[in-house]
Amino acid sequence: MGIGLKQFAPGHRTCAGCGSAIVFRHVLEALGDDVIICQATGCMEVTTTPYPETSFKVPWIHVVFENAASVASGVKRSLKAQGNNHTRVVAMGGDGGMIDIGFGAVSGALERGEDIIIMVYDTEAYSNTGLQRSGGTPFGASTTTSPAGKKIPGKQEWKKNIAMIAVMHGAKYVATANPAFWADLQAKIKKAYKLEGGPRLIHIYSPCPVGWHVEPSKTIKVAKLAVETGLWMLYEVEEGKLKINYKPKEFKPVEDYFKLQGRFKHLLGRKDIMEKIESHVREWWETMEKVEKEGINLLKMI
Amino acid sequence: MSKTKQRKDLPGGIITDIGSTARNKTGSWRTFKPVVNLEKCTGCGICEKFCPEGCITIQKVEGYDKPKCTINYDYCKGCLICMEECPFKVISSVVEEK
Repeated sequence: MGIGLKQFAPGHRTCAGCGSAIVFRHVLEALGDDVIICQATGCMEVTTTPYPETSFKVPWIHVVFENAASVASGVKRSLKAQGNNHTRVVAMGGDGGMIDIGFGAVSGALERGEDIIIMVYDTEAYSNTGLQRSGGTPFGASTTTSPAGKKIPGKQEWKKNIAMIAVMHGAKYVATANPAFWADLQAKIKKAYKLEGGPRLIHIYSPCPVGWHVEPSKTIKVAKLAVETGLWMLYEVEEGKLKINYKPKEFKPVEDYFKLQGRFKHLLGRKDIMEKIESHVREWWETMEKVEKEGINLLKMI
Repeated sequence: MSKTKQRKDLPGGIITDIGSTARNKTGSWRTFKPVVNLEKCTGCGICEKFCPEGCITIQKVEGYDKPKCTINYDYCKGCLICMEECPFKVISSVVEEK
């Protein structure tokens, strides 16, 4: 039986080669049946539940962009009041729903220490509405609201780091994952499922072939390159202790990653910008590796 | 999970017919069709892990001892991730004819 088919039916309307659909299969398989999902508006809501149909085979509720984490908090508290301590409640949303629009609710749930799992599938733009720039969009990417022109080469701000923001809220468990490393992704979801008594946030890279102008068949290739170039780091923070799960022996040049994607094609040949990105990535890795090596408890920074 | 039907006595917006998108056969979207060379398929299951539709299953196929990659063409949208990711390059693509 295909991955996650027990929880997630085929026939959904995601584009061919959708990275988020691969992410959802693995996440839902890892979560199992004893779960309630509260999902914000976004690609994976629109495509999976055209009324009166649903792809989900587990309890699922659609809420607006802003409040997936709040609804999940309420559902969990209600379950607890009824004496149900086993069912896990998951707030799911994209980068728009969780990093930008619903960020207030996510921040609130993290701060209150709600006993929920927050899952962010990050397509690095508002893919559902035609690729507008979001807080998750990386530096240099061209979107419809940060178009690459003669003067400004795409988005000029760095990506918002939702995982570290969650750590600074004192979250119980925070991890980043990538569908190309599916075993690691499933293990992290299972770990978040097992832990109790506090918010757990998983930030997952979800390639969007249509929005990023990538060949549908190259979805996983792009996802793998994001990790191998160092642009996407696989790490987890448990009780304030950072652990980097995968360290490439040698970083591949970011050009390898950019040349597969239309959203970065204006950067090909721009050595200055690529060097800026590479040095930013290097410094980020150096800092993170230092934190890991010295065993710094990040919770002591709060 | 038991099979359920859409109930009529509930207020609007509640879907009781779980997994019902399965009636939408997305196989009709396909332009390229992945075809597996069963002779060479080792049944490693990498394609199964990366199929967005979940329409690849590694299972027993008649005439072979080992389980092999089988594709459910009812739902395959023809993204060809399986072809790209197959480590043994046993999946090829042909133009879909209808």
